[in-house]
Amino acid sequence: MKERILAYLEQNARVSNKDIATMLGITEADVAKVIKECEADGTIMNYRTVIDWDKTGKSSVTALIELKTIPQRDKGFDSVAERVCNFPEVKSVCLMSGGFDLAITVECSTMREVAFFVAEKLATIEGVTATATHFELQKYKENGVIYGTEIVDKRGNNW
Amino acid sequence: MKFDPSKSLSATITEIKPSGIRKFFDILNERKDVIGLTVGQPDFVTPWHIRDAGVRSLQEGLTYYTANNGIIEMREEIAKYQSRRFGLEYDPATEIIVTVGGSEAIDIAMRAVIEPGDEVIIPEPSFVCYGPIATLAGAKAVPVALSPDNGFRLTAQQLKDAITEKTKLLVLPFPNNPTGSVMRKEDLEAIAAVLRETNICVLSDEIYAELTYGEKHISIASIPDMRERTIIANGFSKAYAMTGWRMGYTLAPAYFTKQMAKIHQYAIMCAPTTSQYAAIEALKNGDKDIEYMKGEYEGRRNLIVSELNRIGIDAFMPEGAFYVFADLRKFGIDDEEFCQRLLDEKGCAIVPGSAFGESGRGFARISYAYSVKHIQKAIERMEAFIKTL
Repeated sequence: MKERILAYLEQNARVSNKDIATMLGITEADVAKVIKECEADGTIMNYRTVIDWDKTGKSSVTALIELKTIPQRDKGFDSVAERVCNFPEVKSVCLMSGGFDLAITVECSTMREVAFFVAEKLATIEGVTATATHFELQKYKENGVIYGTEIVDKRGNNW
Repeated sequence: MKFDPSKSLSATITEIKPSGIRKFFDILNERKDVIGLTVGQPDFVTPWHIRDAGVRSLQEGLTYYTANNGIIEMREEIAKYQSRRFGLEYDPATEIIVTVGGSEAIDIAMRAVIEPGDEVIIPEPSFVCYGPIATLAGAKAVPVALSPDNGFRLTAQQLKDAITEKTKLLVLPFPNNPTGSVMRKEDLEAIAAVLRETNICVLSDEIYAELTYGEKHISIASIPDMRERTIIANGFSKAYAMTGWRMGYTLAPAYFTKQMAKIHQYAIMCAPTTSQYAAIEALKNGDKDIEYMKGEYEGRRNLIVSELNRIGIDAFMPEGAFYVFADLRKFGIDDEEFCQRLLDEKGCAIVPGSAFGESGRGFARISYAYSVKHIQKAIERMEAFIKTL
């Protein structure tokens, strides 16, 4: 039941407890209790909104940065990852298998800012041996949402 | 001599009435800004991996006829699927035909057993095709009015009362469109007890088999002595959201299948090849899609029934398919008038129950194959309309 409540919230964070309760055939109090528990134990980390900022006219540049580092004794990749995480420009950080170690998504307002951020902030972190910066040219899908598509009912009144 | 078309048309076909839902949909197509809960097909697009398999088959040049009864791999996958999901065992080589939707399955099943003068028992309310197809095959359609008092299930007594010495076939349309009712094991056992004393065969239309929200669907073919007299019609439209692919199939003992295969062979040749490749992918890797969509429908069902009851429309909780069969009798107007006025005055469309047989009069079919947002908008309009009554 917990998973089904979370699935509804993941789809739409603004769905009411009452609607979730009705759809799952349980009481509103049960829904509220599960959500509260999930918020408390960190299962629900946050409620965010998926926004297409391009529509507001606000422009930004996103880049995927591959980072190679030397793992540190006892800490492995954690200490570099933690330092990277602290920059507000950084949207996501993941440890990867394969040809590099950390995959970092950075968002700035210009390409120059990204270049500056990589050169001055990331490359200079102790243990970082190489970076490769890939600029995002066009966003097609994020967080399960396909950009620029409207959900249109194409069924018509045929049966 | 001037050609007179009225002399050339068959009276059998000209006397068949066009479908009642069709009539209603035609009105709808002329109007914009209507919020409808009318459509009898999933709102989901066919899952991408299934569409992709269809596209890939085209890219690979698989554009030829298939075996008459369908690609053997597909029939094997159908057999595995039926065994896995419903515990039914059918031989891919001799007991399965891939058809053009469940509709063709119904057609060839009826044509394989009906002789002129036979009677076909059709529980109503039910989908609109059984009577006309039986008529075309030369049979007399014998409707049996199901009752809301026992959740629109067919009872042994109702069946007994309808049987005559001319009865050839019983149609079992469960889970049911439009009522959402299902036949439980004990209901089927009671029906089986009546049938055992006769030589009547059964056409079990199980197109909504995957969409039951309580217990799993049980086929009459799994009741002792029933498999030998049962033809099952099933398909991909509802379970996998594949209506436009026109993919269905029959499951029946070899002596039925052999005869149905002749009709299929001469009238259709084979079901569309592209669709068969897509359907194979659905059978192999689509169980999770079924579960996902079913979960969505179930949530919407709970929501819509609760909302209908809140605004004062009596609706019992349907156990299958994706329709609510709402009871409008207390409003003191006919279901057709109710639906027409709801459409004219509030721009909201639902289908009059009488379109599914006389016993559906006083009810309306409300589809919940729509997004939650859409359902909520429609409910608002219905609520506003009811306040004017």
